Amino acid sequence: MAEQQFDLVVVGGGPGGYVAAIRAAQLKMNVALVEREHLGGICLNWGCIPTKALLRSSEINHLLHNLDAYGFSAQNVSFDIAKIVKRSRGVAAQLSGGVKHLLKKNKVTVFDGAGRLDGVAAGGARKVAVSKGGKAVASLVAKNVILATGARARVLPGLEPDPACIWTYREAMVPAKMPKSLLVVGSGAIGIEFASFYRNLGAEVTVVEVMDRILPVEDEEISAFARKAFEKQGMKILTGAGVKGVRKGAGSVTALVEQGGKTQEIAVEVIISAVGIVGNVEGIGLEGTKARVEKTHLVVDGYGATGEPGVWAIGDLTGPPWLAHKASHEGIACVEKIAGLKGVHPLDTSNIPGCTYCMPQVASVGMTEAKAKAAGRKVRVGRFPYMGNGKAIALGEPEGMVKTVFDAETGELLGAHMIGAEVTELIQGYGIARTLESTEAELMHTVFPHPTLSEMMHESVLDAYGRAIHF
Amino acid sequence: MPINVLMPALSPTMTEGKLARWLKKEGDAVKSGQVLCEIETDKATMEVEAVDEGTLGKILVAGGTEGVKVNTPIAVILEEGESAASAAAPAAAPAPVVAAPAAPPSTAAPASKPAAEPAADAGRVFASPLARRMAEQAGLDISAIRGSGPNGRIVKADIDAARAGGKAVARPAAPAAAAAASVPAPAAVSAAALAAIGPHKLVPLSTMRRVIARRLTESKQQVPHFYLTVDCVIDRLLAGRAALNARSPEKGPGAFKLSVNDFVIKAVAVALRQVPAANASYSDDGILMWDNVDVSVAVAIPGGLITPIVRNADAKGLAQISTEMKDLATRAKDGKLKPEEFQGGGFSISNLGMFGIKEFGAVINPPQGAILAVGAGEQRPIVKDGALAIATVMSCTLSVDHRVIDGAVGAEFLAAFKRIVEDPLAMLL
Repeated sequence: MAEQQFDLVVVGGGPGGYVAAIRAAQLKMNVALVEREHLGGICLNWGCIPTKALLRSSEINHLLHNLDAYGFSAQNVSFDIAKIVKRSRGVAAQLSGGVKHLLKKNKVTVFDGAGRLDGVAAGGARKVAVSKGGKAVASLVAKNVILATGARARVLPGLEPDPACIWTYREAMVPAKMPKSLLVVGSGAIGIEFASFYRNLGAEVTVVEVMDRILPVEDEEISAFARKAFEKQGMKILTGAGVKGVRKGAGSVTALVEQGGKTQEIAVEVIISAVGIVGNVEGIGLEGTKARVEKTHLVVDGYGATGEPGVWAIGDLTGPPWLAHKASHEGIACVEKIAGLKGVHPLDTSNIPGCTYCMPQVASVGMTEAKAKAAGRKVRVGRFPYMGNGKAIALGEPEGMVKTVFDAETGELLGAHMIGAEVTELIQGYGIARTLESTEAELMHTVFPHPTLSEMMHESVLDAYGRAIHF
Repeated sequence: MPINVLMPALSPTMTEGKLARWLKKEGDAVKSGQVLCEIETDKATMEVEAVDEGTLGKILVAGGTEGVKVNTPIAVILEEGESAASAAAPAAAPAPVVAAPAAPPSTAAPASKPAAEPAADAGRVFASPLARRMAEQAGLDISAIRGSGPNGRIVKADIDAARAGGKAVARPAAPAAAAAASVPAPAAVSAAALAAIGPHKLVPLSTMRRVIARRLTESKQQVPHFYLTVDCVIDRLLAGRAALNARSPEKGPGAFKLSVNDFVIKAVAVALRQVPAANASYSDDGILMWDNVDVSVAVAIPGGLITPIVRNADAKGLAQISTEMKDLATRAKDGKLKPEEFQGGGFSISNLGMFGIKEFGAVINPPQGAILAVGAGEQRPIVKDGALAIATVMSCTLSVDHRVIDGAVGAEFLAAFKRIVEDPLAMLL
């Protein structure tokens, strides 16, 4: 098979890989992108985007059942889960098509198949073999290769996926029918989003979390706030608990859940396993290279260098946080480093916002209060409740809070933690503040428009210094 | 209503200073014009006077506190009938600056005055708000730190590195930084890197030491110096000096004792008037030709040096120059010069003759165009009319900023200076 020459080969077309490919094309590189399934990767096809479409439907369902508060009345409100899923798939398909168009526009050559490192060509260039269904379809040669093969759901022993009753995110996204009851194992962003989605559509939902609180990466106060909100919505939450085994029955599954030394049986229609991810490190030709795998992820430096000459890695395939926007940023930094651009900075992983689109939404950036203290920082903490914000009340969204954590000595904004309506859209404000290394003074001097939810971001900062006006 | 006394700015570039001591204590009655406290900056000690009448209710910043930021409330003055309790929350009521007697009055047109602090004008320092605050808190001169952020912006990591000890230098410089910064920052020198050399004591840098380090480094890096040396025979000057000093009243306000340096100041001033091209400063926008002849004279003071200015020295008599210089030097040593007494000047003199130094080259004090280094007057063999003779000779070296004064102009100035020094009666013309 004739070898095809490129400047850069990107293996994996998710938000890390396709963004890297486009950036490389902008920098006048001749780029190949190898994708085995769909452009846009998990994020666009089986993650971020289709779940947002699903959650939108569940929010609307929630609203429809609370119309009275806004002066409406409607009878016999109902939904069709098949239509909800169809809309979600349509959204994913539309955006995947968009990525295809973007790659074409940027003259990136896309190869449909799985890519793997295939040794070194003459002159030290890397070879990448592309195969589809076990058959070789192309042989690529490039000086640099970026591996962006992403990750997949972690499977716990006993909780192996079963389309009938044990789902990962993948099955949970395309239910054939609406389950009446679910047990969600794991209360990270993925688990909580599905728990929230199904609960808002009326399912009985129980969440099992092995840690002592839900959303364990978030600030403790936010975890506690979220738990209260979810329980108010009728969700059952078991923390410090684990699934010890499952018994499958006809049309149901029984989980043995151990909590505090006691075991209880919880019978549900479906279990959703959302206990983290593992990197897709297999079958990509890492054998015999200097690239090092640790806990299913590749070890890289701040620019994605693996230690193997010409082989780079980005996104979920590498270390945490495992988020689409982190992958995209890494892709850009990696390509710019390869291109020898001046002033390239590695991604600062301490400044990556995290968003969970449950109801109420959760968003955060930087250190939690506990982490800041553990790091030896003297902190000033500000809080502001949605209850004190005019726009929140007008929207009928009085539930939520904005918490800010400052270094008491320097005024550095160490972290911001938010829960409530639209916080996922608000968090970037604090992200910019942190990137620009603002102190409380600049945040206080910034004029936030009235009436908006963003005013709470201002008030929270003021509160950290004992100056909140509206609470 | 209680009136806040704010930390005054003693100069346009002052951002903080040391509150040296309080002359009033809490509970004392104060009248407008009375001195409340003394403020020390890098170069001067200033008295802060009350402009309001009342009782000094509360001292918010204790005497001896360093790094007090300008406009920080330092005390509260209570009007009649007010209690100290009502002054408990001073920050809430910003009040006018009580006293900044030394804030330099901008008398002349801006274009005819050199900037007080050229470094501040040399280019904006790009730094994040957090980096600025951390540098301030750590007492670091932010302009001396190399930025690693976008376009060379100074960010938190750079301050951390500078505090940790010189890692900012080791870090591969963001290449964009070097291109963007119009002023190359002096390389950081970390004590940690030097500590291994041997047992030592680390003396913290005073503000003055930092300013000297920064400005003279900048001068040597940015100003293309060249040097001209001339020998002046000063026997006639010495004779004239003795004759003039003999005329001084025994004591009283009119008494004087002229020094050789007073003659040098006068000679420089007259020579600058004769060769005005040497009384000039370089700027990127053009050469500033100074209208006045303001001569800065380097004075060694505890912990450093300062250059008080004899203004319009060409128009002043020797006795007046001498009296002024003595007063300036005395107050310089006490740290009591006002900013306008040492900020500015068009030309400097540095005299190390009293230490027996034969000759030396001085570093130009930007934005001035030249500095004259004066050596000791000593008896040397000279050749006069084809025969060896003994004369008292003083070697003077002019350091010149070639951007503004070329070799011929420098030589012309120095020749004029030599002529005057060797024939001091010419000063009278």
